[in-house]
Amino acid sequence: MENLQCQCGHVNPPGTKLCESCGRSLTEKDQNSKLVDMRYEGTARRSQTYNKSIIDKIWNFFSSVKVGVSIIVVLLVAAAIGTILPQQAFVPATTETAIQEYYADTYGSIGRVYHFLGFHDLYSSYWFIALVGMLAISLVIASLDRFVPLYKSLKNQRVLRHPSFMDKQRIYAEGPGAEDTLQKAETKLKELKYNVRTDKNGLLAEKGRFSRWGPYVNHIGLIIFLFGVMLRMIPGFYIDESLWLREGETRAIPEVPGYYLESKNFELENYSGEGEEEVFGEALDRVGTVAKNYQTDVVLYQKPEDALPGADDSQEVVKEFPIRVNQPLKFDGYAIYQMDYRLDELKAMTFALTNKETEESLGELTIDLIDPEDIYELESGSTVELLGYYPDFSGFEDGEPQTATPLPNNPGFLVELTTPETPEGETSFITIQNTVEPLGENDYKLAFQSVETRDVSGLTVRKDSTLPILGLGGLIFMIGVAQGMYFNHRRFWIQQKADGTILLAGHTNKNWFGLKKDLDQVVEHASLPAYTDQQDEIDKAEKAEKEGEALS
Amino acid sequence: MGEQVKQKKNSKKQKRAVMRTAILAILVAAIGYTIYNSATAKDVSLLEVGDKAPDFALVDLEGNDHKLSDYEGQGVFLNFWGTWCKPCAKEMPAMDRQYEAFSNDGVQVLAVNIAQSDFEVQSFADQYGLSFPVVIDKTKSVMTAYNIRPLPTTVLVNPEGNIERIITGEMTEEDIEGFMEEIKPE
Repeated sequence: MENLQCQCGHVNPPGTKLCESCGRSLTEKDQNSKLVDMRYEGTARRSQTYNKSIIDKIWNFFSSVKVGVSIIVVLLVAAAIGTILPQQAFVPATTETAIQEYYADTYGSIGRVYHFLGFHDLYSSYWFIALVGMLAISLVIASLDRFVPLYKSLKNQRVLRHPSFMDKQRIYAEGPGAEDTLQKAETKLKELKYNVRTDKNGLLAEKGRFSRWGPYVNHIGLIIFLFGVMLRMIPGFYIDESLWLREGETRAIPEVPGYYLESKNFELENYSGEGEEEVFGEALDRVGTVAKNYQTDVVLYQKPEDALPGADDSQEVVKEFPIRVNQPLKFDGYAIYQMDYRLDELKAMTFALTNKETEESLGELTIDLIDPEDIYELESGSTVELLGYYPDFSGFEDGEPQTATPLPNNPGFLVELTTPETPEGETSFITIQNTVEPLGENDYKLAFQSVETRDVSGLTVRKDSTLPILGLGGLIFMIGVAQGMYFNHRRFWIQQKADGTILLAGHTNKNWFGLKKDLDQVVEHASLPAYTDQQDEIDKAEKAEKEGEALS
Repeated sequence: MGEQVKQKKNSKKQKRAVMRTAILAILVAAIGYTIYNSATAKDVSLLEVGDKAPDFALVDLEGNDHKLSDYEGQGVFLNFWGTWCKPCAKEMPAMDRQYEAFSNDGVQVLAVNIAQSDFEVQSFADQYGLSFPVVIDKTKSVMTAYNIRPLPTTVLVNPEGNIERIITGEMTEEDIEGFMEEIKPE
C-alpha cells in the first residue's frame, strides 16, 4: 500500500480516511458521502497498514473486532453447553477414571463425548483457557491498534480544517457573521468550560476528550481481572477445600499447615413459631420447618512453627469462634465457612448385661464408638470384653466380620460376657437389633438401652489472595465505563472567511442533544448562523422517500 | 526522498516488529503458563518423586515415638492404611514378611493408620501379627501433609530422606520386595 498525499500536501499513512492535517476525505467513497465517518478520527488503524511478516499477520488477526466478538460468542456457547450436564465437582465420583465412567454410564455416548471434550470441567479445560487467553490477546492488541492512532490524532489536531471536512460534519452552519463573532463565540465557549484554541481566522473548542479513553481504560480493567483469574491457578493463591468435622474431633486443616480445628458443638436451630416468633406462625404452617441458624462452635489451634505433623506438641488456642452461615472464622488470610451438616451420627451406645431368663440386669456399660475400650468391668463383678469392633458392619467374609467404612454407621461388636455364674465366658456378636451367638446358646445378653449421637459439620476452607486484584480490575473497568458513558467529547470548529462568512461544524461521540444545547447558547450570544443537523435531514429525506414509495 | 527517510522508515519498522513480537510473546507465555498450571493443578499440592519427604512424629501402639527424620540413612516404607480398606488388609501379611527379610538391611516399615481408635488398630495388628511399628495419625495431619487420597497409598522414602516413589493401590508381594530393594541403603 502506498502513502496517501492529500491536496493540502500532507502525506498520510495508507488506510487513512480523513487527512490528518486538514480533514479532507481521502477516499472516493468518503468524498461522495454526505457525512464523514468520524470513528477513530478517520485515522488508519495501525494493523491495517502493514501485513508482511508472520508476526504482523497474527497481530492483524487479533486486531480485528470481528475476531474478538467471535471469540466471545464461542466462549458463551461453550459456557452454555457446560451447563447442560453437571460439572465434575457435582458428580458422585472422585477419581479420574470413576468420573469418566460416571459420564459414560449416566449419559451414554453423549456423556462420553462431553467428558472427552473437557466440558465436564469446563473452566479447567485447556481449550477454554486458551480461548479466554485469545480474548485477552484480542483485547490488548485491538485496544493498542486503536488507541495509539486516536491519541496521536487528537493530540496533533489542527484548528483549521478544510471546508469539505466541516460541511460533512453532522452539525453544520454557514452564513454571514459580524466582525466580533469569533471573539464572542470564544468567550461563550470558554464560559461553557471548553478548551479553545485559535489560529488565524478560526477556532477549535473542545471539551471532555478523556471520555474517548473510556473503552481503553475499561479494557485495562478487564485485563487486570483476567490476570487475577490466572493467578488462581497458581498454587498458594487460591484454596477451596472441604473439611468434615465431627463434634469432639480435632483435625488438621487441609492446605493450612500448622493449624488445627476442633468442633465443640454443632447446632441447627429452627424457627419455632412461638413466643416472639409467633408472627411467623402462619408462614411456618404453610412451608413446614424453616432453619434459623446453622452453627459450629470451633476452637482454632496453632502449633509452633517447627512442630512436626502428628507430634503431640503444645498447641496453642488461637481463637474460639462460632462459625455461622456468612460469618466465617477468619485467620491469617484464610476463612472457614459453614457449608453443610449431618445430624445424629452414632457416638456411644449403652447396654445392660441382662440375664435372658430372669431379665435381671447385672449393670450397664457405655461403649464409646469412637474410642472403644478393651474391657468393661461392671459393679457386679461381671466383665464385658470387646473382642472385635466393626464400626460399619457390612457382613461376613470367610466367617470374619467386615466393616465398610471407619464411620460408626452400623456398629457391630464381638464380645465375651463373663459373669459370676458363667465364669468361662459367653461369646456374642451384636449389631443393631440383632444378636448372634456363634458358640452356642448363652445365658446372658447385652440389652440395648440408649444411644448418644453427635453432629457433623461440613466446613469449607477458603483463601483467595486474588480478590484485591479482581477488585482493582473491576474498579478500573467501572471507571472506564463511567468515563465513556457519562462524559462526552464535544468539539466545535468555527472559521470566518475573508468575506465575513462563518463556517461552523460540531461533533460529539455521543449525546448530540447536549452538544446542541451548548451550541444554542453560543449561537445566541455570538449571533452565529443557524445550524442544521444533517443526520436528521438525511433521515427525514429517507423517510419521505419511503412514504412516497408506499403511496405510489 | 533521501536515504535518511528510508533509514528512518526501516528503523521504525524494526521497532514495530520487536514491539509486536514482545507483546505477543508475553501474552502467549502467560496463557501457556496458565494452561500448564491448570493441567497440573490436581496434583499440585501432592508430593512429587524427588521431593523431600515431610517430616512427622507419630506414636506407635507400644507408645514409642517415630520421627521420620530419625530414620535418615535407612529406607522408609511408608504405608497409609485403614482397617476398613480391604486391599490394605490384603497386602499387610506380604509387607510383614518382606519387612522380616529387609529389616536387617536398613529398611524400615511404618504403617500409618488414618485416625482410627486404638482398639481397632490394636486388634488388627494382633490379628495379622504385625511386627513393624503401626502408628495412628489421630488428627489426619500427616495424611494432610502427604495429601493422601485413596487408601492404600505407599510412599517410599530413600536413605537421603527424599521420596523415591509413590504407589496408590494394592501391591503384590513381588512389588513390595522390589520396592524395598529400591530404597535399601548401599
